[in-house]
Amino acid sequence: MNTILQTDALSAGYSRKVIVDGLMFSVSAGEICTLIGPNGAGKSTVLKTIAAQLPILSGKIALCGDDLSTLREKDVSKRLSVLLTQKITAERMTCGDVAETGRYPYTGTLGILSAEDKMIVREAMGLVGAEHLYDTDFRQISDGQRQCVMLARAISQQPKIMLLDEPTSFLDIGHKLHILTLLRQLAKERRIAVVQSLHELDLAQKFSDTVICIHNGKAERIGTPEEIFAGDYISALYEIRDGAYDPRFGTAEPSAVPGKPEIFVIGGGGAGIPVYRKLHRTGIPFAAGVLHENDLEYPTAKALASVVISEKAFEPVGEDAIRQAAAVMQQCREVICCTEYFGAMNQSNRKLKEQAEALGLLQSFV
Amino acid sequence: MEKRRMLRALICFSGLILLTGLLFCLSLMSGSSTIPPGTVFGILTGQKTDPAAYRIITDIRLPRTLSALILGGGLSVSGFLLQSFFRNPIAGPFVLGISSGAKLTVALLMIAALQHGFVMSSGMMIAAAFVGSVLCMLTVLLFSGRVKNMAQLVISGVMIGYICNALTDLAVTFADDANIVNLHNWSKGSFSGTDWQDIRAMTILVSVSVIGAFLLSKPIGAYQLGEAYAENMGVNIRIFRLLLILLSSALSACVTAFAGPVSFVGIAVPHLMKGMFGTAKPLILIPAVFLGGGVFCMGCDLIARTLFAPQELSVSTVTAVFGAPVVIFIMLHHAKERSAS
Repeated sequence: MNTILQTDALSAGYSRKVIVDGLMFSVSAGEICTLIGPNGAGKSTVLKTIAAQLPILSGKIALCGDDLSTLREKDVSKRLSVLLTQKITAERMTCGDVAETGRYPYTGTLGILSAEDKMIVREAMGLVGAEHLYDTDFRQISDGQRQCVMLARAISQQPKIMLLDEPTSFLDIGHKLHILTLLRQLAKERRIAVVQSLHELDLAQKFSDTVICIHNGKAERIGTPEEIFAGDYISALYEIRDGAYDPRFGTAEPSAVPGKPEIFVIGGGGAGIPVYRKLHRTGIPFAAGVLHENDLEYPTAKALASVVISEKAFEPVGEDAIRQAAAVMQQCREVICCTEYFGAMNQSNRKLKEQAEALGLLQSFV
Repeated sequence: MEKRRMLRALICFSGLILLTGLLFCLSLMSGSSTIPPGTVFGILTGQKTDPAAYRIITDIRLPRTLSALILGGGLSVSGFLLQSFFRNPIAGPFVLGISSGAKLTVALLMIAALQHGFVMSSGMMIAAAFVGSVLCMLTVLLFSGRVKNMAQLVISGVMIGYICNALTDLAVTFADDANIVNLHNWSKGSFSGTDWQDIRAMTILVSVSVIGAFLLSKPIGAYQLGEAYAENMGVNIRIFRLLLILLSSALSACVTAFAGPVSFVGIAVPHLMKGMFGTAKPLILIPAVFLGGGVFCMGCDLIARTLFAPQELSVSTVTAVFGAPVVIFIMLHHAKERSAS
């Protein structure tokens, strides 16, 4: 593998105040490496240090095998381009003008672009789908378009590695996917190494080759998305107190409403999800059951309900579970049944429903 | 589009050069006695058929017009550099108090010269003004590290200007009465009273600085995207910033040394040129701003000395009338833009 970036016991921070310490990682050509972690953990600081915009506090950074601190500005600029969070307030600059600044390291004293330079910029603008914006004033386009133009600028610089600080923040979902798909394409086709910070965990999971978790002043974990997005680690990384993050679906769920369940929901197959959400929203504690552990709505019920009665995957709902459910149900003031069809595996839920009807607790649900 | 831009720049440059020539001739012709264009042309080509007119042109009007052209251009380029530096469209040597700082040191030098009876050379004037400019610039820089907002920076600059003006007034109060008149005239801003030795000094200094600024077009362009991006493009920020400070201080020092503080030219001209050329590319704007500044100042000087002739206005009075509205316009325009986005 062709290593583009290598850090060795790197400390990053501002004027002697160390923010992230002991960073050891490497990024190869064509690899997408994503920094995640809570606000203020130091993701931007790490990126700025690699971009040579903050002095290295200790340790080393090697860029394409050369020590970053010995490289001249011009050499760094031919290897590394950046896309930052700060807004550009360029007056009277067209999108083309902005993208053309990416050719800066390659032009002469006066910065006049050659025909070849212009072709490279046009191509980059085409790649990001911003060709039609070439002559439009940079201040008149949307945030999403602006980010595309800035990406075209970074591409025009023909770097070996691109550093992007939250490239998808403030963009709509369409633009988020567009930018990340472009980055993947650049990595695979042009063998560019990509180092970025992201707050969209679900997208980080889907678009990264390596994930670095910055937390408590160090890289707490480094691994593949499969290693990082497993178990309850993400909730711990972000110190989530008001709910939990489910890495399987990339969803955040709030905590259940505390208290004894007032309503019992008989769900299954996803039909219960809207009911769970509505009850949670109105602040009514509820119980759900009997759900198979591989049911589509099981994770949602688990997160939002105060009690969930469940059965093992692929097993018929057993007597134990029914007895338990009936006991909880009798304590509730209402029962909502969300399903009319009871398959072979959950015939017992039909009994539960009939029991509720007999007790006069069942509410019709449409 | 690329061609249309080139054409626009070409037309604008031609227009500016034409205007420069026109105002230049007009300035030589008009004054207390009108000299017909034929005679002016004759004198410029070396004929001495009319000795009185020859003296008026070569001793008074030509140096004055040339200094308006050169200093106006220099002042505008200085403004453009400061606006690039602070990324603030209403930064300029006058608003940031840099002109006033130069004025203070020049005034101190003048008083010292008169009291100790030595003659000031153009070089000494410029050196004194440069020291004042740089000192004020450093003070503004000290503030600019703490204030992020355009209005606060300008307010701190204006305050520095007031302090310098107060100190200048104080110094003048304690100087000999006879000298005050001289100083007073100069301190209001005027292109008159320059001799050929001054012209030579200002030509050298302004042309070196403007060419230096022109050679910095590339990093200035990169800097327009912000410091972090410029750094990523390979600009050595510390050296670049230092050069910008030195060049803009040298230019405004030179202007202040010879013409006193001239207000609003440094803000108005770059803004007008950006609108006229429809671009912010320094490679085009720096020559444009220089020419535009020359035209603006020659025009204002012409108005200053002909409007209420024989009574002469200070050139700052005229430049303020035309320049200050531009500043107000920029402020309103920016406020509108901010609320829109």
